[in-house]
Amino acid sequence: MRVYHFSEQPYPDAWLPGQDLRVTLANKHCDPQVAANLYHRYQDEWMLADELGFDIMVNEHHATSTCLSSVAAVTLSILARITKKARLLALGYPLANRTDPLRAAEELAMIDVISRGRLDMGFVKGVPYEVAAADSHPTGMMDRLWEAHDFILKAMTHQDGPFAWRSDNYEYRAVNIWPRPWQQPHPPVWITATSLPSAAPIAQRGHVLATFLGGYKTRELFDAYRTAYREAWQRDAAPDRLAYLALMAVADTEEEALIRAEKVAGYLRTIARVPEPYRNPPGYGSVADNVRALRAGGQRPGMVLPSGRTIQPITAPCTDLIEAGILFAGTPDQVHDQIVRFNAAMGGIGNLIVMGQGGPLSHEETVDSLTLFGTKVLPRLKTLDATVATAVA
Amino acid sequence: MVSVSQSSSNEPEVRRIAGCDVEISEAGSGRPILFLHPMIGLQGAEPVLAALAAHGRVVAPSHPGFGRSARPAGCDTVDDLAFFYLDLMDELDLREAVLVGCDIGGWIAAEIATRSTSRVSAVVLSGATGIRVGDRDVQDLADIFALPKAEVDRLSFHDAAHAALDIAAMSDAEVTALARNREATALYGWSPYMHNPKLRQRLHRIAVPALVLWGAQDGFAPPAYGRAYAEALPKGRYDAIENSGHYPHVEQPDIFAARIGAFLEAAGLSGRATTSNVRSAG
Repeated sequence: MRVYHFSEQPYPDAWLPGQDLRVTLANKHCDPQVAANLYHRYQDEWMLADELGFDIMVNEHHATSTCLSSVAAVTLSILARITKKARLLALGYPLANRTDPLRAAEELAMIDVISRGRLDMGFVKGVPYEVAAADSHPTGMMDRLWEAHDFILKAMTHQDGPFAWRSDNYEYRAVNIWPRPWQQPHPPVWITATSLPSAAPIAQRGHVLATFLGGYKTRELFDAYRTAYREAWQRDAAPDRLAYLALMAVADTEEEALIRAEKVAGYLRTIARVPEPYRNPPGYGSVADNVRALRAGGQRPGMVLPSGRTIQPITAPCTDLIEAGILFAGTPDQVHDQIVRFNAAMGGIGNLIVMGQGGPLSHEETVDSLTLFGTKVLPRLKTLDATVATAVA
Repeated sequence: MVSVSQSSSNEPEVRRIAGCDVEISEAGSGRPILFLHPMIGLQGAEPVLAALAAHGRVVAPSHPGFGRSARPAGCDTVDDLAFFYLDLMDELDLREAVLVGCDIGGWIAAEIATRSTSRVSAVVLSGATGIRVGDRDVQDLADIFALPKAEVDRLSFHDAAHAALDIAAMSDAEVTALARNREATALYGWSPYMHNPKLRQRLHRIAVPALVLWGAQDGFAPPAYGRAYAEALPKGRYDAIENSGHYPHVEQPDIFAARIGAFLEAAGLSGRATTSNVRSAG
């Protein structure tokens, strides 16, 4: 199992009480000096993660204090030069919210070359509340995601001079990217999914399916991928085709780990602080989804634990989040056991993404947590694939 | 060619027109009145359709993508809707029709009439969107996609009671229509926001009588926007309806229909008989 360290690069000083944190939070609350210090420290933590044997995940969000990474390519470009061994996962590039996939292909190819072939290209639709920040069209987003995907892969693999591309979504006269990517034929592609029907298109292309914070129910999604993969490729999907993201906090004592975990969980606590008009732009969800939402009147369904109990992850205590498989937290041994148990329940996943820094978790706490994980948990997870492969068969 | 029933039934039926299955309500007889609904669809429009039936044969489709009307592949702009309705008027053989368009329906009506008035004798634009009036950093129209629903309702209606929807009491088909109306509004009106940058400079082509009928308390599309519309139409006249927001056809259906009746009479277009000549395309 590979383990990626992820931070949203939050600016928790501007998680102002009672205010929405996305789209509308005025940037007068952003002190550029504070932001600079945060960027530097998060980069330092990624450098430490690199030395400890983690891989690295970077994302982007817009117009928010929850995530200072408004351009994933900028963070990745820096990491491409200052890290040595880690895979660099962009998860993701919000392709349906970007109007120019040629520019995306150029950015990604440069990062792949500068890092000497360490880039993983995560392509995502983009979150609903950033349709406004990008001023992209909220209808037809999946079509644009897959077309941009097709375009980028062609741009990266076409080596014989310019080609033209003309469709309703994108129009290019002469596509001929320099540099072409280091990895051949192109860097690995990861795509995010949460609903069962979205697994098959990813499996059919042989890409990595990544999913976030879904808990134990995620097994259904992974199995949907495995089934579609077997149909498409006449062989079983290797564990490295699957990725799962959870929150993570380690400390010498369980008590201290839970204190750290609650800080990391600040990510979850703030995730819904989105102004009403931007939560569900028209066309982002299907008509059927919107009919259900209209009938539900805005109530959240909650998550059912293996025990049958239902929780609301946004407010649930960390002990519940651990039980749910959303959070791995405790002493190194406890965290190891939680991950082994979860991995077995999933039928074996090759890529674990941990949010090793979240919310107001300080640099010192993050360094200690990452170091404990990197020295006492990670080495024992490296051999986990084989164990699980047997369990699956 | 689809034959049209002359019944006064107001129950919508689904018909295949110009390659698209569209639901159409009909009422009355005489001069065709093609009613082009707003972004909220035909919600709350039953009284006005009945009142308009006193002045002619009301034909009220749901636009492709709205209500129960299908949306053909490739139909994703108001431009496409305008061409769809040019086809519809041909297929239904509507002659000397009055276009009555509300909100996005007014935008569609204006787009139709800038292309051809060969089947159009008059245009009524109510709360019509579609043109750009202000400077680049001025919002002509409230951005419904950036406002809470309660605020959109407040700007759209003089009497907020008209905005209330009892979702629990609605059928699945009705809730589905609500969701489809919202998605279709975004499809056609997201960007450029609720307008066609070219439309205003083309309005001079609409040489038929035009009534710009506005809710005096329209908080979504302010009356000044309506006046700008009227000024750009060669035979445009602006008229306001009191105690109404953006949807006077919902809030004041009888006054709305009566103003249209008076407008048609003043233009010499009243009377229930349809003349048989079809003017050549302009």
